[in-house]
Amino acid sequence: MNNVLKWFTRDSFILPVVAIIMGLILGGVVMLIGGYNPVEAYGALFTKVFGDMYNFGEAVREMTPLIMTGLAFAFASRAGLFNIGGEGQFLVGMTAATFVGVKFAGLPIYLHAPLALIAGALFGGLWAAIAGYLKAARGVNEVISSIMLNWIGLYLANLIVRQFLLLKGENRSVDISESASISLTWLSELMGNSRVHMGTLIALVMAVLFYIYMWKTKQGYEIRAVGYNPNAAEYAGMHVNRNIVKAMFISGMLAGLGGAFQVLGVFHYQTVMSGSPGTGFDGIAVALIGLNHPFGVLLGAVLFGTLTYGSAGMSFAADVPPEIIRIVIGSIIFFIAAQGIVRWILKPFYSKRKKEKVL
Amino acid sequence: MDLLTIGQIINTTLVFATALIFASLGGIFSEKSGVTNLGLEGFMVFGAFAAGIGAHYAQEAGMGGTTSAWMGVLLAIVLGVLVSLIHAVASITFKADQIISGIVINFLAAGSTLYLVKLLFEGSGDSPLVQGFSKFDVPFLKDIPLLGEAFFKNVYPTTYLAILFVFLTYYIMFKTPFGLRLRSVGEHPSAADTVGVKVLRYRYIGVMISGALAAIGGAAITLTTTGTFSHNTVSGQGYIAIAAMIFGKWNPIGAFGAAVFFGFSQAIRNYVQLFEWSQSIPQEIIFMLPYLLTIIVLVAAVGRSSAPSALGEAYDPGKR
Repeated sequence: MNNVLKWFTRDSFILPVVAIIMGLILGGVVMLIGGYNPVEAYGALFTKVFGDMYNFGEAVREMTPLIMTGLAFAFASRAGLFNIGGEGQFLVGMTAATFVGVKFAGLPIYLHAPLALIAGALFGGLWAAIAGYLKAARGVNEVISSIMLNWIGLYLANLIVRQFLLLKGENRSVDISESASISLTWLSELMGNSRVHMGTLIALVMAVLFYIYMWKTKQGYEIRAVGYNPNAAEYAGMHVNRNIVKAMFISGMLAGLGGAFQVLGVFHYQTVMSGSPGTGFDGIAVALIGLNHPFGVLLGAVLFGTLTYGSAGMSFAADVPPEIIRIVIGSIIFFIAAQGIVRWILKPFYSKRKKEKVL
Repeated sequence: MDLLTIGQIINTTLVFATALIFASLGGIFSEKSGVTNLGLEGFMVFGAFAAGIGAHYAQEAGMGGTTSAWMGVLLAIVLGVLVSLIHAVASITFKADQIISGIVINFLAAGSTLYLVKLLFEGSGDSPLVQGFSKFDVPFLKDIPLLGEAFFKNVYPTTYLAILFVFLTYYIMFKTPFGLRLRSVGEHPSAADTVGVKVLRYRYIGVMISGALAAIGGAAITLTTTGTFSHNTVSGQGYIAIAAMIFGKWNPIGAFGAAVFFGFSQAIRNYVQLFEWSQSIPQEIIFMLPYLLTIIVLVAAVGRSSAPSALGEAYDPGKR
């Protein structure tokens, strides 16, 4: 019991919670300024998500890729890398999964779907590993190389869909074969025919694996050591460069898997895109809200998914522009990043607690 | 392909490059002072938005097309400076992670501008169409073959302004005491502090100039190419501006070259069907070429980073 209490009073718990509350309040103030009723708007937001089974299932579907791109960003961050390329890795993973899903028709379902998932993860990982390799071997800043790789990934995805997978007369690929689908029909029927899929379960498993790998294995220790202080890690005999490439590869695998989920579980085909979907960038926000911890990422994705999916209901029921939610999310990250501000606001409470502790 | 087409491609290249030039110059001011600026995209969005509504209301108030366009630019500068203070307060005063603070700007920009547009224009996702800057011809010079077509015909004032700012930035950065101090703050803040340079103040100024310039870049898009502000007016140009800055090694002239290079890659799309040889190449390959080339150049030529030494580090006088 005491442990639980201690956990709740920890900074890593209090600061995000206060940041979230402050973000919601700030959003409410902006709504008031715009002449809307924030209570009504937030009410409509939560009714949208939790009001009926269909919308709840769709909200869960919305959260799933965010978990993956969030985990991807968090993983690289632990190694001291800023993987802004989740977007490209997501797209490349998506395309690899579509390719396998379409071209390898005829495989039994217990082979086809896993193969498509593995392809998505593998190519997403390789895409990120390019940025990792360039950083390790040539000192190229991973931020810029992965921004470039995002664009290349977008056009590469379109190229592959248009050249090899195109449905005649349409701007999209042919459907993946049934055997590659990871949709869960029974769960979907249970949840008002929403497009829930197995990916959500895999995402949860990935968060647990992330935790175990990062904090319970020697390899995870090395990655964290490189992230804390590459020089010290090098001095201790670790291969910094190898760890950079490895961390980027695993990070990209997570993002790529997220892309694969979207094709295999939700849409069952891939469109030729005029711009990138933004899931990779949203994953950065999710990871930041979750303080780069896998379980924090889960909570971050729930928060992000609830807010964005629910914002549609907000605009429908209370006529509030849904864009307000971006302001809320932006301010939440702002307050989490600038912890100084939150501490400054919480100062009265902190000093009181300190006094008690001293005695 | 004839000279006329080449001239037109150069012309279009410069139009597309204009916004990138402004934004990457903005990035240089911030990063030379030691503050990473991933918020360029957001500043551009704010600028594009301010230009859209500023020009609209100026037009409503009865100002002429060009005057109202300048009013739009002015509002963009004001808003750019204001929102840059968010980045500055978080990353300089409160020592937040500068990359994250920049991303926050992008989030806030995407949300608040669309929110305001819908609020101001009864739920519409676009700002009303404004006249913006009109193209003009430079007398006499426009008749020079090729060069006239490329640089002096159908040009926007913003393009000339951007090129002027390249040299101005170069001059300020490398020939004035202000530039020297700004750079010293980004290279070695504690040494600068020791000789009496106000580190935090210079960083604030760097970020504010950055916000203003990037916002002008965004304004240039609204007031020349689109004529209206919507959610996809800027769409990633801020990130390309960051690439241009790094590609140009944080040097204004280099960033200008890189911006023109990216502008060319955007312009070429409009002309791609004109080339015989390009018919057989899928358009996606041509689209991805500039980004591919950037990576190749980074690997081959840059290698050694030329970023300011103290970039991304909050300044803590206690650590001196």
